[in-house]
Amino acid sequence: MSFALTEERERALREILARYPTKMAACIPMLHVCQEQNGWVSDEICELVAKRLELSAAHVKGVATFYSLFNKHPVGKHQVWVCRTLPCALAGSDSILRHCEKRLGVHAGETTKDGKVTLRTAECLASCGTAPMMQVDRDYHENLTTAEVDKILERLTR
Amino acid sequence: MLQKTTYLTKSYGDPQGHTLAVYERDGGYEQARRALKMERSALVDEMKAANLRGRGGAGFPMGVKWSFMPWPPKPEKPHYLVINADEGEPGTFKDRTIMEKNPHSVVEGCIIGCFGIGAHAAYIYVRDELHLSKDRLWAAIAEAKAKGYLGATPFGVDYPIEVYVHTGAGAYICGEETSLLNSLEGKRGEPRLKPPFPAQAGAFGMPSTVNNLETIAIVPTVLAMGGDNFSKLSAIHHLKDGGSRLFGVSGHVKNPGIFECAVGLTLRELIFDLGGGVKGGELLAVIPGGSSCPILRAEEIVKAPDPKSPLHPYDGKSVLDVPLGVDTFRALGTMLGTCCAIVLSDHADPVLAFANLMRFYRHESCGQCTPCREGSAWLHRILDRIVAGEAGMDELDRLSDIANNIMGNTICAFGEGTAMPALGFLLKFRRELEEFVRSKGKSSTGRLAL
Repeated sequence: MSFALTEERERALREILARYPTKMAACIPMLHVCQEQNGWVSDEICELVAKRLELSAAHVKGVATFYSLFNKHPVGKHQVWVCRTLPCALAGSDSILRHCEKRLGVHAGETTKDGKVTLRTAECLASCGTAPMMQVDRDYHENLTTAEVDKILERLTR
Repeated sequence: MLQKTTYLTKSYGDPQGHTLAVYERDGGYEQARRALKMERSALVDEMKAANLRGRGGAGFPMGVKWSFMPWPPKPEKPHYLVINADEGEPGTFKDRTIMEKNPHSVVEGCIIGCFGIGAHAAYIYVRDELHLSKDRLWAAIAEAKAKGYLGATPFGVDYPIEVYVHTGAGAYICGEETSLLNSLEGKRGEPRLKPPFPAQAGAFGMPSTVNNLETIAIVPTVLAMGGDNFSKLSAIHHLKDGGSRLFGVSGHVKNPGIFECAVGLTLRELIFDLGGGVKGGELLAVIPGGSSCPILRAEEIVKAPDPKSPLHPYDGKSVLDVPLGVDTFRALGTMLGTCCAIVLSDHADPVLAFANLMRFYRHESCGQCTPCREGSAWLHRILDRIVAGEAGMDELDRLSDIANNIMGNTICAFGEGTAMPALGFLLKFRRELEEFVRSKGKSSTGRLAL
């Protein structure tokens, strides 16, 4: 199956390209657009981005593998990141992470068997005053308690 | 000196505070309108007079940075304004509040900034995780554009200005300005050698200025007050460290958060008056401005007998009573950084805090320079061994050797940003580290959280 952007995303890409003096600058934004559609950045996507932006596939792959938010493998339907850097650790992020692992039955870095949730750790997400926190897809959940984590995970795994 | 201000934060409590209507009600965009009719040199002079030290961590005088731009701009070399909102320094969460709650101050600052440095485009580089921040900035840009404040003729003046939001993809290193520029250009976020500095060859190889987001957001205020008046808000105006800024406090305090105050606030005021005091025990130590700043112990006393030292007025006093300033904190052997403090109570184990931070730096080293890539990894590995009770006493000295071999041997300041806090922990918590190693961790409280 060959990867092609939807009509709506093609429009988004045209807007992106108009912002920069070079095509290369659209590399990271275009990878985001592709990942939004596909869930992860495959070799095929790297080749598509390279072709459209007149770059080498090696350049695009180098970029995709540099940044931690580009998934190099298929991931679950929902992404959960538990921040564990010092300010969150001081506020109990270790127990939040352990609770998530127990509740989902996976270790950090893994996806639940039903493919619904990928659990990961994150380094500082700029939410230190409202620690502990986790990011679920696009949303921040702050000042977490294990009871709230239960509610959030319940919604994701339902 | 604790003096609260509300230049950036006045509409923080208003659920509609991020909209143009609220921003304009409070006088928003009047300064951008005025700036576009000013002489460029007069604008830059106001910024210089403001003694506005960059709010991103390095504390470079912002007006001086603007004045580095080649003048007049050459048509074949367009200038760019780049705003650093890749907020990721552990402990730092101030820029996010501006983007979410007062995004128009950023857009207005960008208009003035573009004019001040001769640019027609500004790119705000926001870390990808901050979806609400990006949405709020884009919405503010759209509102300003609809009003004719951006575009071909902002405020009817023939000086085209566009502002764009650009997103990263999860890399702490992209907060380093040359790495950010590479990332903006669509490359791996690896830092560049300086020189050339961004003012000569920055974004897309063109003359560029990179300003922190808080720095650009306060620009309309500077212009409204006049540079000199703005500078004089500060208790350490005489040290050329002016104005007001956002202070943050997190960790073991009762009331963590962001507070806007005049420059010159002390750590004691930040922790006890604004932060509500230490939670769960007594104050053990504080990392003054983001995790790259060497840690200070609560009982440290200032030693500055030299009258020329910026610290001399505080000679013999507690470090907690020194005004938070770029030069005062550099003289203390640490840094002001982003002005967002992380507080540790005596119930937390400093050895575990050290290990936590070194894991962060290992994870975030971009891998370009060997001393940093390998050094950060070895610092973390040895600390892991210490935490597991497997390390020998000689490994403490090895930590110092590794950290000292990173210092000065890397392309960017990330190397120092890793080594300096490591050396700080080794110096200030040597006794705790030795006890931890000797007792194989039994001396430790075994926890970071209360």
